Amino acid sequence: MSDLNSSARAYTEFAKGIWKENPVFVQVLGMCPMLAVTNTAINAVAMGAATLFVLVGSSFLVSLLRNYIPKQVRISTYIVIIATFVTVIDYVLKAAAPEVHRDLGAFIALIVVNCLILGRQEAFASRNTVKMAVADALGMSAGFAFALLCLGGVREILGSGSLFGISLFGPNFEPWVVMILPPGGFIMLGLILFFFSWLEQRARDRRARAALEGGA
Amino acid sequence: MESFVYIFMGAMVINNFTLSYFLGLCPFFGVSGKVTTALRLGLANIFVMLITAFCAWFLNTYILIYAPYLKIISYILVIASTVQFVEMVIKKLSPDLFRALGIFLPLITTNCAILGLAIFMTNKGYGLGQGLIYALGAGAGVTLALVLMAGLREEAELSDVPALMRGTAMNLIIAGLLSLAFMGFAGLFSGA
Repeated sequence: MSDLNSSARAYTEFAKGIWKENPVFVQVLGMCPMLAVTNTAINAVAMGAATLFVLVGSSFLVSLLRNYIPKQVRISTYIVIIATFVTVIDYVLKAAAPEVHRDLGAFIALIVVNCLILGRQEAFASRNTVKMAVADALGMSAGFAFALLCLGGVREILGSGSLFGISLFGPNFEPWVVMILPPGGFIMLGLILFFFSWLEQRARDRRARAALEGGA
Repeated sequence: MESFVYIFMGAMVINNFTLSYFLGLCPFFGVSGKVTTALRLGLANIFVMLITAFCAWFLNTYILIYAPYLKIISYILVIASTVQFVEMVIKKLSPDLFRALGIFLPLITTNCAILGLAIFMTNKGYGLGQGLIYALGAGAGVTLALVLMAGLREEAELSDVPALMRGTAMNLIIAGLLSLAFMGFAGLFSGA
């Protein structure tokens, strides 16, 4: 019974990261890599995967060691753990996919200072069991990857008329170049956040109306 | 050998850290509400960047040639502890300066612009002098972006913005327009 409960809870921890507490759309964390590497969908996926590896790895290790890490030096310990995983993924990508590594450039190393990752260690992994911490890390990175893919997909479609490098509209499409340049990233993310707050507002209105009608 | 002016202007306006590399966005959106605060954050940023450039140069020259795989870990640890140490020294020697930089000093250390500076500087192969100029330019660029953004946001406070657009969404679009304006600097030096 308790095993069933813990599985259900692990699932809840996983699911909240994707939508209800989405790191980008709701918590507005991890903006720098979010904007910098999303000029194509492929880069977005690579960044999402690298972040997933680092977040899951460090959440696993931090929650495993949570009773041994002295409170006073916990932040530095988390940073060392995160930096170790980032170094690993940096070297792995350099060997396995040199082109992706070149495109993402310094942003692989900069995963270290992604506030999303340190935030999850401090807020979640250091206080929960390994299973919950990994579920939470998986959910958060899935939510992050989802957000990256949204932004990367839209920017690539508008800015180069293709998706994952496959041309969508044929040769007559005039690409909206600004979308793959830095300003397009800012503006597009602004519009996406606007869209999300509109969705939320609509759901709230509907609930309020339902409550009103129920009361009457 | 690139000239100092080129390095400085390049880091400040052409490849502005905030607006074209997307580094250090958290303070950019978090602390850009008022011009005075933004200016202080910018100054603290220049200061930390200069220390970073020095640390990165030191690590690159004396330690990382023997152990390149320690790059990321050593950058972040050494920079964080040096900033903390310098902060204590300033607090003792010049309380005025310490108050002016305030809480931002320790926070900036975990800002991606700082680590980004160390990495870009290493990738470009800058020595100590070039690195310091690069840091000065990057810091000035971050300050410029912060102050401009704060000015625009102060104005936006007074204007009638749809409720749904307020907050982060609006700030992002303002930043986008600012970044668009900075793209005009792209051709400042031929071949840049």
